[in-house]
Amino acid sequence: MSARLGPVAVLAIVLGIVFFLTPLIVTFAFSLWEGGDRYGFAAYRSLVGDPDLWASLLLSLRLAAETMLLGMVLLVPSMIFVHLKAPGLKPLFEFIAALPFVVPAIALVAGLSALYTGPAWLIGTPNYLVIPYFFLALPYAYRAIDVGLSAIDVRTLTDAAHSLGAGWGQVFRLVLLPNLSTALLGATLLTLTIVMGEFTFASVLLFKTFAVYINDTGSSKVTEAAALSLLSFVITWAAMLGVLLTGRNTTDLGGTH
Amino acid sequence: MAEGGQDLSPAPQAGAAARHGGAGTVPALLARAVPWLFVAAFLAFVAAFMLAPMVTVLVQAVWGDHGPTLAYVRQLGEYRYATAFANSLILSAAAAAVGVVGGGLLAYALLRPGAPGWLRSAMTSFSAVAANFAGVPLAFAFISTLGTLGLLTAQLKRLGIDIYGLGFSLYSLGGLTLTYAYFQVPLMLIIITPALRGLRAEWRDAAENLGATVWQYWWRVGLPVLWPSLLAAFVLLFGNAFSAYATPYALTAGNIQLVPTEISNVLSGNVMESPQLGAALAAGMIVVMTAVLLVYWLAARKAARWRR
Repeated sequence: MSARLGPVAVLAIVLGIVFFLTPLIVTFAFSLWEGGDRYGFAAYRSLVGDPDLWASLLLSLRLAAETMLLGMVLLVPSMIFVHLKAPGLKPLFEFIAALPFVVPAIALVAGLSALYTGPAWLIGTPNYLVIPYFFLALPYAYRAIDVGLSAIDVRTLTDAAHSLGAGWGQVFRLVLLPNLSTALLGATLLTLTIVMGEFTFASVLLFKTFAVYINDTGSSKVTEAAALSLLSFVITWAAMLGVLLTGRNTTDLGGTH
Repeated sequence: MAEGGQDLSPAPQAGAAARHGGAGTVPALLARAVPWLFVAAFLAFVAAFMLAPMVTVLVQAVWGDHGPTLAYVRQLGEYRYATAFANSLILSAAAAAVGVVGGGLLAYALLRPGAPGWLRSAMTSFSAVAANFAGVPLAFAFISTLGTLGLLTAQLKRLGIDIYGLGFSLYSLGGLTLTYAYFQVPLMLIIITPALRGLRAEWRDAAENLGATVWQYWWRVGLPVLWPSLLAAFVLLFGNAFSAYATPYALTAGNIQLVPTEISNVLSGNVMESPQLGAALAAGMIVVMTAVLLVYWLAARKAARWRR
């Protein structure tokens, strides 16, 4: 480090590195603990053989995919249309994108359970979670797509495609989506991160997602829980790396604390 | 991107309409309606699953079995729930303060000209991950490290430092604050870096040329410019901590009363209370978060003045 860094700056950086790395390193060491002085990969072996892990992991991945799909159908087209045809509606959309911040997950789940007690096909399956997950991801997805939309000339692209005879389907598929791919990838990865870590809705509504599985494991098997925490960190890290690599800094605060 | 594209067709709508069989025909009308159908579907979805639950909570909080009542709102004044609100507010303020100071100093240090560039980008990338790494996994990472059986706790004890004997507990408000810092500090780093970059080097040079000390520069130039950004960051971090549920749930298992965990106790029937009380608690959260967002908007608008 150069001499131009003052003592306060050096101290802040050193403390920051220590604070960030300690829990990760110690958690990894803890996950290798086999009782007494023995260390090894017992926790990892026991996890790999646990069908509940794979079931919960697959469920969370499936819900993430469904949430992204819902976003592609519900959010992306309406945002593009508002951008094109009704810029006057933009403040309303900004307001809606801020709503999930005002209504925390635990308050939203209270409202949802009070309001919807049926039908069973809707609230009886884990797919029900896609609805609240859509709103959890909304502020981040909205921001990412909004940045993407302002970076391209949507109107000219659309008009040009229309004048060549393309219908809306072709405009979306062949023109807009490819041009928005970076923004959409960012939104997708943020959604993945949020859904993989989400605990509040799944726990209150009694569905066994990945985060609920980690919590259940932690109550009896502490080293396995440590291993799962690291796995979760790696998933978050991989998704965020993807966001950073897509070139745009659309990373933002997460939503599953 | 596609500049000059506008002269491709002077009347694109007419072209599209012609393709669809002329204006006024059913396919043309349909093509024109499609955008609005999508917008309407989105708004209907928001109304049904976001606004309606929110209104339900707000109404339920003041609506008993026999019409409007303030009984449930008044129940929030009971010791248990007043404690929950006090705990939540104290914890959120502490976690926000730690985040603002820690993340602010770290961001400032990393932006100094002497800081290595690789470290800056490594920390920024790490922060993007850590700000999103929270909830149950974060709680277990800290339990593994600093819990009663945590590895660091045990190692320190071996060195003769019994942190639990010294009064530390991970399962307290202090322990929660420390755990929250793991996502608050990185979040602060991310949101304050643009504002810190906005502090122009010329201002500092000018102040130094006029004989100002470091403290005078910060007191008279840096902080007056930065405070709206710092306030905006503080309330954002406050709201982030206030709405956190998974982390305190996994960490304290309900030993510390917080508003989110009290709501889940009512929802899951752990306490014999009416759903209206849960609604009143949730409505209290919505009120706090609305205030947070309003302050954030005002501060962010003021902060935008200085952006280049």
